[in-house]
Amino acid sequence: MTTQTDFRAGLLNPDAPMPEGLTNAHGVPSPKRYGVYRNNVTVSLVDALQTGFPAIHSLLGDQNFRALATHYARANPPQSPLMMLYGADFAQFLAQTQALAHLPYLPDIAALEYGLRSSYHAANHDPQPFSALLSLAPEQIDDAKLALAPSAILMQSVWPIHDIYTFALDPTTPQPQAAAQDILILRKEFDPKPHLLPANAAKFIRALGAGKTLSQAIENAPDTDVGAILTLLFTEGAIARITV
Amino acid sequence: MFDTPMCSLPLAPGLGYKPQHFADIMQDAGRTRWFEIHAENYMGQGGRPLAQLDALASRFPISVHGVGLSIGGEGPLDAEHLARMKTLCDRINPASFSEHLAWSSHGAEYLNDLLPLPYTNASLSRICDHIDQVQATLGRKMLLENPSSYLAFSESTWSEPDFLREVAKRAGCGLLLDVNNVFVSATNLEFSPQDYIAAFPLEEVGEIHLGGHDEDEDDHGKPLLIDSHGREIADPVWALLDITLAYSGPRPLLVEWDTDVPDWPVLAAEADRAAQALTRVLV
Ligand SMILES: [Fe+2]
Repeated sequence: MTTQTDFRAGLLNPDAPMPEGLTNAHGVPSPKRYGVYRNNVTVSLVDALQTGFPAIHSLLGDQNFRALATHYARANPPQSPLMMLYGADFAQFLAQTQALAHLPYLPDIAALEYGLRSSYHAANHDPQPFSALLSLAPEQIDDAKLALAPSAILMQSVWPIHDIYTFALDPTTPQPQAAAQDILILRKEFDPKPHLLPANAAKFIRALGAGKTLSQAIENAPDTDVGAILTLLFTEGAIARITV
Repeated sequence: MFDTPMCSLPLAPGLGYKPQHFADIMQDAGRTRWFEIHAENYMGQGGRPLAQLDALASRFPISVHGVGLSIGGEGPLDAEHLARMKTLCDRINPASFSEHLAWSSHGAEYLNDLLPLPYTNASLSRICDHIDQVQATLGRKMLLENPSSYLAFSESTWSEPDFLREVAKRAGCGLLLDVNNVFVSATNLEFSPQDYIAAFPLEEVGEIHLGGHDEDEDDHGKPLLIDSHGREIADPVWALLDITLAYSGPRPLLVEWDTDVPDWPVLAAEADRAAQALTRVLV
């Protein structure tokens, strides 16, 4: 008898022998036939990772990426039938891979790519116009709380993640220079985009996300061009609710 | 028990929906009258996938085709996933819901492939229980699809058509007959595809699938066909379709193309060919 535990064991382990009881039409064991399933599982997972992490694929090159992704897939098969969730811990895997220690920014790029995917599938919201805030009385503006859209995702890094990400997908863009960069992923209608944030803007956005009032958020992030950030948030439709 | 008829898909060609064809379809879907979606791609919280699906469903009958319920799994069904399936079906009220005679999850792990199972009394009663649970939760009758096989289980005691007939009878579900899968399995396991069709309970079939396959060889140099859905439907599969339709009469016909997906006109041409096959049995 072949249990599914037996059948599954060899799918993710190329060195495991073929389970017993699996044959061709004449009752003869045929490892190559079992190998079709083993190949389907691995290749489909590696393909899914390649689709989900195009910048990592570009930075590592096809051969390296697929070898690495095969390794990851065998050790970390999906934990849900929703393939859109697959690779949530790929960034962590990259961080723990010794052979990639010379590319310390890779995990943050992977996190950015997963963030873009999460934003793509995030819940819709009702974008508020800037005028909704500006039409309030001045003291109400100070006390207003701005709720960010579910598709807005903040990423902070000590690496120039915006420039590396852009360069990985389009090598005609300028070569990244050493700098810490913060990104806010925003989805205007359907397509998430990474927006490079000015210095300290992340602190302001974090404060908003934590439910602080506008004046508290401003206090939280001195030396920030609040006007520019608010313009970005409203023009990209990233404010889901204004409460006073 | 179920108000929804087994299948209200039109007796016409349908295509597997791919988001890159959205604009083409909305402009002119040609002879394609309905679309099939892979349910799991529409289980996010929002964004483009669900917006496109809502738009598509407002214009065309939709077949929801699950790939992740793992009906043939040894363990219990994933209740959370089944609940998501109900949410999706309630959202668009599809003309048909179908899943596979296969397993794809093991415990919490999802293997992203349709894996085979032996046809025994034990697997039969397990599958019937799972189908009961699916139909009761969704409140609709489902179709169960025959798999493509690359190998046989020495412990099997049922032939596949007899097994599926018994499942349909006991669980009260319908069947989805994938003619390409029959051809692939028949080549790989050296049986006659015509005999398989003759033995199949065609009266239970609410939908027919067609797709392309790849050719390889096994350890002994025998042909090994792979169900890849990545190319045109092979001529012998069209011929097997004609034989099937001659027995069954017209059925909703779906063309599946899931990898190396071509531009819309190539898919539309396959749908035209399916329409011609239907015309031959409609007149
Ligand atoms: Fe199929």
